Amino acid sequence: MRAGFPSPAEDFQAERIDVLKYIVLHPQATYTLRVRGDSMRDEGVFDGDVILVDRAIKPRHGHIVVAVVDGAFTCKKLWLRVGKLKLLSANPEFPDIIPREGQIIEVWGVVLASVKRFQN
Amino acid sequence: MYALVDGNNFYVSCERVFRPDLQHRPVIVLSNNDGCAIARSNEAKELGVRMGHPWHEIRHLEKEAGLVALSANFALYGDMSDRMASLVAALGHRHEVYSIDESFVDLGGIPGDMTERAHAIRARVLQWVGIPCGVGIAPTKTLAKLANHVAKTAERKSGSYPAELAQVCNLAQLSRDELDSVLHATDVGDVWGVGRKIATQLKEAGIETVLDLARLDPVTARRRWSVVLERTVRELQGMSCIGLDDQPPPKKEIACTRSFRQPVNELSDLEQAVSTFASMAAQKLRGQACHTAHVLVFIHTSPYRKGPQYARSITVPLLRATSDTVPIVQAALTGLRRIYRSGYAFIKAGVMLLDLHSATLRQGELDLEPLEAEDCTRDRLMGVLDELNQRYGRGTLKLASAGVEATGERASWAMRQERRSPAYTTRWDDMLEVGDVNVTSPPMPSTAERGRQ
Repeated sequence: MRAGFPSPAEDFQAERIDVLKYIVLHPQATYTLRVRGDSMRDEGVFDGDVILVDRAIKPRHGHIVVAVVDGAFTCKKLWLRVGKLKLLSANPEFPDIIPREGQIIEVWGVVLASVKRFQN
Repeated sequence: MYALVDGNNFYVSCERVFRPDLQHRPVIVLSNNDGCAIARSNEAKELGVRMGHPWHEIRHLEKEAGLVALSANFALYGDMSDRMASLVAALGHRHEVYSIDESFVDLGGIPGDMTERAHAIRARVLQWVGIPCGVGIAPTKTLAKLANHVAKTAERKSGSYPAELAQVCNLAQLSRDELDSVLHATDVGDVWGVGRKIATQLKEAGIETVLDLARLDPVTARRRWSVVLERTVRELQGMSCIGLDDQPPPKKEIACTRSFRQPVNELSDLEQAVSTFASMAAQKLRGQACHTAHVLVFIHTSPYRKGPQYARSITVPLLRATSDTVPIVQAALTGLRRIYRSGYAFIKAGVMLLDLHSATLRQGELDLEPLEAEDCTRDRLMGVLDELNQRYGRGTLKLASAGVEATGERASWAMRQERRSPAYTTRWDDMLEVGDVNVTSPPMPSTAERGRQ
């Protein structure tokens, strides 16, 4: 026997919002990477930010992506038009990447979100 | 109908996801203590590196052929395995994780073209996770395992099998003649469950290929060999004898043993090592919700080194079965002090937890000694210990006997893992960094920076 009134919230119990659950679409395909450098500054991706990269999303024109250029990772904005590909920086101080003849650029994943902490 | 999905050169493939510069290069992963090769890229296989090849025998290939050798990074492989297995599970209703890189899937009741579905899952694992895999499909687990072998071999060596069987091999779609020719092209030693010894015996009896074995009379197989081989023969003939074990039985014993980087003479060093091993074993024990009643500890010198030899083990019974780190470590240390002799160069020590049973079964006992107060507080303490060590890295919180000043890899008894890549996906500080354009290669922190385990 329970004394007292039952909690009026009992029938409305729900799970607290889990931020990651709303952001991550494909958990098996999502990797966390850390950004170094300011070449994507004007898109709001800063040095030290942690980005969530989703390999399940098909890369499209205008997506912010992580790409592999000559075996190294870089974060850039994808430019895809008439069968041509470019990687654009979002900071005038950094050059865009335009593939040389025969150079292979692989889009590793699409940047889904970035985690920016204001306080540590 | 079963499918077996298996990651190609799994550990190497995991490393390559984060090191695209290792694509198309000979790469191997070394066992604990950097002893021998436990995974090889196709390019490394071409160089003649065998499974289990001792590192000191192939070290020269580093300079001569650009061989890249990495220390095993099980934190990374475990996470990648988990990602892969959960995608593979979508192939059927029930699935069994058979090893870190292999899953069986029961395809019963699944409509549609299995080969097409398998190709789709394979493409998804490659795109989403980054791991290439092979899929074998057949009416029995033994045949599925064989089909997987065919799928991978056909991809790696052209001409070994029909090219259309590469990547995904569905034996159920072959005609009788096509199936026979695949079985005929496969060595009997490649059959799941046929060990090296049995394979030699079979070959002496004129059974060279899988086709020969599949045509063996099951009764003869049982009479001349064993009931296990009979089961294998029946499975090769298409009669399913091995089901899907959704729940692997809990381990009967848990061991944590390591060779040291350099020989150890002092009892105090051995005490630190044994404390660490006992703590790790206790954590594994709690992970499978078991208690242990006996702790075995052993130490030995190296039979390959000159000098006096000594090897001993001792089993210490516990007053009552437990999964608590403290009494387990105490028992291990008691045992160690009993068997330790000075004047020897010890190269290996280990702790085994024996006599395991489920934590929910507890034997009633006479009131010999008062139960330690607040048993449930201890359980919670151990829960916190495991969680902290999981979250912040092994050895964050430990008993003082495991050593405080000599953390992890600097201690003389610690494991040699000089070439380990960062725990990219499981440790916040180890995350892969994405640089600006002129960064030439992804960061590989030196061992010194990564002092913590």
